[in-house]
Parts: sequence; structure tokens; C-alpha cells
Amino acid sequence: MAFPAISIYSFLYLYPALSNLLYSTQRWDGVTKPEFVGLTNFVHLLTNDDLFRKVLGNNIRFTIIVVVLQTSLGLLFATFLTKNTKTTIFLRTVYFFPTILSSVSVGLIWTFLYDPNYGFINATLKAIGLDKLALNWLGDSKYSLYAVAFTQIWFHTGQMVVIYVAGLQQIPAELYEAAEVDGATRWQQFKNVTWPMALPTTAVVVAYTTIQTFRAFDLIYAMTQGGPLNSSDLLVTMVYNTAFVGYKFGYAATQTIFLVLLVMLVTWLQRRVLRTNDGTKK
Amino acid sequence: MIYKIFKNSMLTIFAAAILVPSSIVILGSFKSDVEIYTKPLALPLHWNLNNFRTLIATGSVWTPFKNSVFVAVFSVLITIFLASMVAFAIARSITITGKVLFAMFSIGLAIPGQVNIIPIFTLFTKLHLNNSLYGLILVNIALTLPISVFIISAFFRDLPKELFEVASIDGANQWRVYRSIAMPLARPAVGATSIFLFVICWNDLLYPLMLINELGKKTLPLTLIDFRGEFATSYSMLFTAIMVASIPMVIMYLLFQRSFIAGLTAGAVKG
Repeated sequence: MAFPAISIYSFLYLYPALSNLLYSTQRWDGVTKPEFVGLTNFVHLLTNDDLFRKVLGNNIRFTIIVVVLQTSLGLLFATFLTKNTKTTIFLRTVYFFPTILSSVSVGLIWTFLYDPNYGFINATLKAIGLDKLALNWLGDSKYSLYAVAFTQIWFHTGQMVVIYVAGLQQIPAELYEAAEVDGATRWQQFKNVTWPMALPTTAVVVAYTTIQTFRAFDLIYAMTQGGPLNSSDLLVTMVYNTAFVGYKFGYAATQTIFLVLLVMLVTWLQRRVLRTNDGTKK
Repeated sequence: MIYKIFKNSMLTIFAAAILVPSSIVILGSFKSDVEIYTKPLALPLHWNLNNFRTLIATGSVWTPFKNSVFVAVFSVLITIFLASMVAFAIARSITITGKVLFAMFSIGLAIPGQVNIIPIFTLFTKLHLNNSLYGLILVNIALTLPISVFIISAFFRDLPKELFEVASIDGANQWRVYRSIAMPLARPAVGATSIFLFVICWNDLLYPLMLINELGKKTLPLTLIDFRGEFATSYSMLFTAIMVASIPMVIMYLLFQRSFIAGLTAGAVKG
């Protein structure tokens, strides 16, 4: 019964993943005969590629900003919306809404909002007299990465709220009652009950968001295509450009291998850290 | 008191941050470009479907719409069919086979799909599956099989083993047990997974961008990207196209909200 799935999966997932290893040892423009170059691509990537270093830095910054803000906003809104009332259910529905849109739609909507001349954000800023803050959000290499990160957070925070709400609803109400009896303030309740009890959910949210930010492509491609001057270029957009703009297929394959190793390393580290904090496993 | 003010203002700001851009797009699809620039949040001067008519008349959106429906529907149906059979085999097998199968598909969860960009492109070009909607369906199936197997087999594992055993004793073969017992029981899990997959396939840009360049084969996200260049300054056309691309999702979201949230959340939690 499993045979059809296994054959498709082997042929179109496992086999390509293996052949990627082979491509990574080649110099190849995608058209002419590939040339075997051994580990040259890896050496070049790690020692002599300024663009790669810049993009890696971008991606790490992007990941940290998005993970920190998206996780804390998700938890904050979830603590506000844990109970099931008409208002909270309505707000959760609104917050979740962007999740169902495509990255391309979201990217293009925000391209309009950020538009330096006609965009909604700058029009609003100018209307309230803050002309100085009306910046060229996507067109200035100083701000583009942050502008894109902000959109990513707008896009996915609602999903994290819903995941957190599911987690927080599992916390026994007696714990809060006991804390109240002891006279704990709201902050103390959060620190001593909500935060430790929600740690497993936090682990999930952080891991998911991290992977999402290392795989980000569609949104960046729709908004800036990595520009200006590679200021918002992330790893996957770089791989895409290496292959389909620069026609260096072998080198792009090497980059994807690095990407995969990096994602695995980061998720492994996070799992270790969050598990030790959790205290359930050592 | 301070807490209340903080809470309510945060909740209102975030709700506005989502509702305002959404309203700009919805209202904008009834406006001219000038109206969008000058009064993005005002109600349109004329409520008419001229933008939609123009978009359909130029033919630039209807074909991609059909392509997207075709690719998403078949990708999801086939993936669910294949993945549920694997999940069933994993759940039913008491021998080592189940574990091996499960391990095999877990590898796919550990390796991000992006590792396959280059090899899929070269393989599909060799097989002349580029510029083909069938090619896209195949890519979608391969990429989403691991996560689907994972979610559905987690569901099967929780079902009592006796259910299947009784049926087997009564003489039903595996196929029968799968079709008449396992699948009907798994309907909620399968429904949520289907929606999760549908959203992925409907919204994907990377693989269509790589594999499709023939105009008649483009999907909606690709067409939207082209719009940015083609109607460089026409946000009214762009917003109308975004509406066309999003309406099916919005309708599904309003109809199947529970499965939607369950599906997209399960996808995140388990992936």
C-alpha cells in the first residue's frame, strides 16, 4: 500500500537530495558539461565569499528580530485572549487572518504601504507632521531588512497567538487561583505560572519560527528581491540568484547544503537549551 | 487599571494593523489609482466592478486562476491519498517495516525542501516536466508527503488497535479496513491536513518561479509577481488581482475556520 508514495518520495525527494551532494562538487552553468572541482566550492564559500558572509549576517539578524518579537507578541496576545468569549474569539480570528494569505499577496500589499511617495505609512506620517520619519523603507539599504522583518511579523504573529492560546488553555486554573490566594501580582503570576507552564509551547513556536525565517523566500522575492545592494538578501534568495541569475548551479548546490546544515544545527541547539530550561529532560 | 488600558490598546492596535491594510486592498479593488493614492481608506466613489472586468478582459488572471485550482486540488488529493496509505501501513504494521517506513519519511522532515531546488530543476528539465502543471503537482506531492505522513500517522497511532483487529478477524482485507474503517475515522485529521496542504500549494512561489515560464502555465502567485512589473504603478489592478487570488482562501477560512486553524497549527507544531 505504501509503494506508490515510497516511489514518488524516493525519486523526487531522497534522490534529488543525494544528487545535490554531487552537484556541490561541480562547476556548472546549467548548460554545458559539468566539471568536477572537488571541495573547491565549499572552500570558496567559507573563506572567500563576501556576499555570502553579508547574507548570512542578514539572515541571522532577520531570524533574531522575527523570533524574539513574534514569540513575545504571540505570548502577550495569547495571555490577553486565553479565555473563550465572543470578543476574544473574534480577535483571534482577525489576528490569524493574514496566515491564510499568500506571501506574494502580503509582500505586494506591504510594498504599497511602504511606497515612499504614495504609500499609506508615509502619507499618514506626513499627515500628522512627522515628515522626517517618512523614509524610503524598502529602497534604502539601511531599513529594508527591518521593513521586511516587520512584514514577516505582521504576517505570522496571529498563527503564534493561536498556538499559544491552545497551550495556555491547558494550564490548570487552580495554579492561578493558588497564586491569587498568595497575593501574587499579575506580573508574578505571569513569571511563576504562565511562563514556566508555557515553555513547551515556546519551544515549538521558537523552533517553527526559526525554520521559517531560514526558509524565507516568497516574501523577500515579492518585496525587494534581496535589494537594494543585497541589504535584504537572505540565504534562500541568495541561492536562487546564484543559480537562476548567476547560472552557477554547482555553487548554489553547495550553498543549499550549508543552509541545511545550519538549520539542523540551530534547531538542535534550541532544542537542547529549551529542554534544559524545561527541566524535563537533560 | 493600567494593565487594562495597556491590554486594550495593544489589542486594538494589532487589530487595526491587520484590518486597515485589508480594507485598503478590498476598497482599493473598486477604486482608480488616483483614489487609492489620495484617499486609501475612504469608501470608493463608485461601487462598480470595472477593475475586475478589465482584469478578466485582459485575460491575465483567469488562466492562472484555473491553473492554480488545478494544481492545488490535485496535489492535495493525491498527497492525502498516498500519505494516508503510508500512515495506515505504519500504524498497522507490528513488524519492523512500520518503523523503517516512518524513519524514511522522517528524513524528509529533517531535510528542508530547499535542498532540492537545484536537483529538482535539473531533473525536471531533463524529463521535460518544466512548464508543466503535472510537474508542479509532482513537486508538491514529493515536498508535502513527509509532513502529511507525520500528521496522519500521529492520528492513526491514537486509534485503538482493536478496531482494526476486529475487522481483520471478520475477514476484511487491508484495503477494506483502510477504506471503511481507518479513513472515515480519520476525517477530522485528514480535513485539517488537506487545508494545510491546500494553503501551501495555492500560495507557493519558489517552485513555480523556477519551473514555469510559459505564459499559459503560470499560477496565481507568479502572475501577481509579473503584475508588479507590468502595471508598475497601477495599484488598483494589483489589488484587484490580490482579491482574486485571496477570495477562495477567505471563503474557505470563513466556512471551515476550525479545520483551518487546526490544520495550519498542526502543520507548525508537528513540522
